[in-house]
Amino acid sequence: MSEANNAHNVSYLEYKGQYKGLLAWIFSTDHKRIGLLYLYTMLFFFSVAAILGLLMKTQLIAPGYTIMGPQTYNSLFTLHGIIMIFVIVVPGLPAVFGNFFLPIMIGAKDVAFPKLNLLSWWFYIIGILIVLTSQFMGDGPPDTGWTFYAPYSFRTPTNVLPAVFGAFVMGFSSILTGINFVVTIHRMRAPGMTWFKMPLFPWTLYGTAWIQILATPVIGITLLLIVAERLMGIGIFDPALGGDPILYQHLFWIYSHPAVYIMILPAMGAISEIIPVFSRKTIFGYKAIVLSTLAIAFVGYFVWGHHMFTSGMSGRALYTFSFLTFLVAIPSAIKVFNWVSTMHKGSLQMQTPFYWAVSFIFVFMIGGLSGLVLGSLATNVHVHDTHFVVAHFHFIVFGGTGYAFMAALHYWFPKMFGRMYDMNWANLGWGIFFIGFNTLYLPMFYLGIMGMPRRYYDYLPDFHGGNIVSSLGAWVMVSGIVIIFANLIRSARHGEKTTEKNPWGGKTLEWQVDTPPTLENFEEIPTIEKGPYEFED
Amino acid sequence: MTVHRDDLGDKMGMWLFIFTELLLFGMLFVVYAVYRSMHPEAFKLGGDELDVVMGTINTIILLISSMTVAMSISAMQKGNKKLALTLLTITLIIAVVFLVNKYFEWGAKFEYGFNPGAPELLELGHGTILFFGLYFIMTGIHALHILIGIALFIYVVWQIRKDKIHQTDYVWLENTGLYWHLVDLIWIFLFPLFYLIH
Ligand code: HEM
Ligand SMILES: [Cu+2]
Repeated sequence: MSEANNAHNVSYLEYKGQYKGLLAWIFSTDHKRIGLLYLYTMLFFFSVAAILGLLMKTQLIAPGYTIMGPQTYNSLFTLHGIIMIFVIVVPGLPAVFGNFFLPIMIGAKDVAFPKLNLLSWWFYIIGILIVLTSQFMGDGPPDTGWTFYAPYSFRTPTNVLPAVFGAFVMGFSSILTGINFVVTIHRMRAPGMTWFKMPLFPWTLYGTAWIQILATPVIGITLLLIVAERLMGIGIFDPALGGDPILYQHLFWIYSHPAVYIMILPAMGAISEIIPVFSRKTIFGYKAIVLSTLAIAFVGYFVWGHHMFTSGMSGRALYTFSFLTFLVAIPSAIKVFNWVSTMHKGSLQMQTPFYWAVSFIFVFMIGGLSGLVLGSLATNVHVHDTHFVVAHFHFIVFGGTGYAFMAALHYWFPKMFGRMYDMNWANLGWGIFFIGFNTLYLPMFYLGIMGMPRRYYDYLPDFHGGNIVSSLGAWVMVSGIVIIFANLIRSARHGEKTTEKNPWGGKTLEWQVDTPPTLENFEEIPTIEKGPYEFED
Repeated sequence: MTVHRDDLGDKMGMWLFIFTELLLFGMLFVVYAVYRSMHPEAFKLGGDELDVVMGTINTIILLISSMTVAMSISAMQKGNKKLALTLLTITLIIAVVFLVNKYFEWGAKFEYGFNPGAPELLELGHGTILFFGLYFIMTGIHALHILIGIALFIYVVWQIRKDKIHQTDYVWLENTGLYWHLVDLIWIFLFPLFYLIH
């Protein structure tokens, strides 16, 4: 190996391996390159699905046919949901920032199984391609919604099969990443990094990885049963053959509720990294955050029934699920208190990642509190399957995971690319996005309470006012996204070069390695003596 | 790049994967339990239609194969490559025999029209439809696991022959063994649930 291409002094971006060009990326087992592969794939598909969202909102700007009819609208929200959930937020922060930073933050050279890691990405891509074929084959794009509820998912003539099967394949990707991260965290922490000296982002990745391992197989088998139902008519979920469609809903949500914690836990982890750095203070209640993470991961398994309050359950089951739903809100609230207390009397640095992090707390609280409205039995009956739910999950999933993703991207960007973005444009983009986001989704709470159902291309004239505001908000928000993405893409290629190791003054390990990191991250594996957030000395 | 080796980590990964498999089948067992409690009579009658002799033979040979794979691991630990290979080949043959038996078993069911979607089955009532739906799905997915096991064994045999797997580095063999025990274990539950309980 020549001096110019040494794993210790050449950045991972410039290192020349066995392959060249694109192949040097799609066959690389370097965790950092794999992280970027996920990032690019996600940014692309996010843009696609956001355009679908925008089209739906444009349709809803006035009652009746505006730019599309019911069938088109149905297939749009289905594809939008499938992409946003299975392609974007489920892999989400772990796939991008977990891959890139987990090994660095715990002082390792790579994940435990680098080849498996690459395989994971390949499963992901193949899954996406299979899903996409559903759009172009004979019988038309699927129109079931991303939930594939029985029995409609095997009665509709549309191409549900590839969509379901693609989601199944992506599940493998998720499981393999989960296994990889659990083993990495158990086996590869640097000497001296005890469990309670581990930074919080790895901690949340750990909780998430367990959910990925223990919940994903459930959706896997459920989707396979839908496949079998469509291909052979085995009857498990088909009332005409004795099957029970409600059982499908149970199995679906036994995965899909824990899955929302797959989406949000790493987001909370990233926020817990950013807040102390930009407050110049030790995180408040490190252990409380760790324990609440584990508590969420655990209790999150037992609340799935809150998606089915109107589907038919015994009274006792209803009360139990409602009660547990309230319980699971507590650890999330604990975290909010921790973040706020960390900022209290800190010397706050008003920079882009911090704006994203603070606005995360704001939207996450709106999302979380509206979740309690949905978790109460009486109010749930009123707003179930209305736009209130659409508002709730966008505030949590987009507002929570989406904002945290952007916070993390702006925080780690200089480290990942060795270039800095334009802070003014970034702030402007954030501002427009934030205004647009709230204009888009806040009216949906109101519309939902007034009774506007979800998943319809049309509505009663009474709802027109709220919809105009909401649809305009969508356009504002998308303009914000365009500014943000344009700025980041331009900066990744032409931004001001930087080799500054620690631009924000962070204390975790990724700020001690080169910018951008070398292939093996560390020349020598460090020995850890202090906790991850000791700012006071 | 220095190659990182951690046998314990590799085995841990395999165990985690086994958890996921247990959950996957676990959900199928839940579905089975739900429908069995709804249609106890039909499930009992359905069980009577299955070929207990065939099932017993498959159970016994699968148990033997679990033993041979375990023995091949200890042979490898002692550095006896030839014995390890022989034992693995026996395991492989048993796996194939299992599938051949399964093929005939399923064939007979198809002949009688017990396969999902067959018009004869549709006349037999909900309980029976569900019983055979579950039977084909669960034994089918199990058979798929046997196929994957076969592929793994072929790979491992090939690697042993190339001396890539040897006395001091045999975690692939061990993990394949773990996987095979899992496949065996699941069958141990499937067999009584479908063939035996009354
Ligand atoms: C430009 C951004 C977005 C816009 C304009 C948008 C808009 C919409 C609209 C209009 C619906 C259909 C509501 C209905 O009639 O039921 C919808 C559904 C949905 N959205 Fe979004 N959304 C955006 C971003 C996101 C993000 C980031 C996520 C997830 C991380 C997401 C997840 C979902 C899901 C899961 C559904 C439900 C799909 C279904 O009911 O099958 N959306 N969105
Ligand atoms: Cu839920």
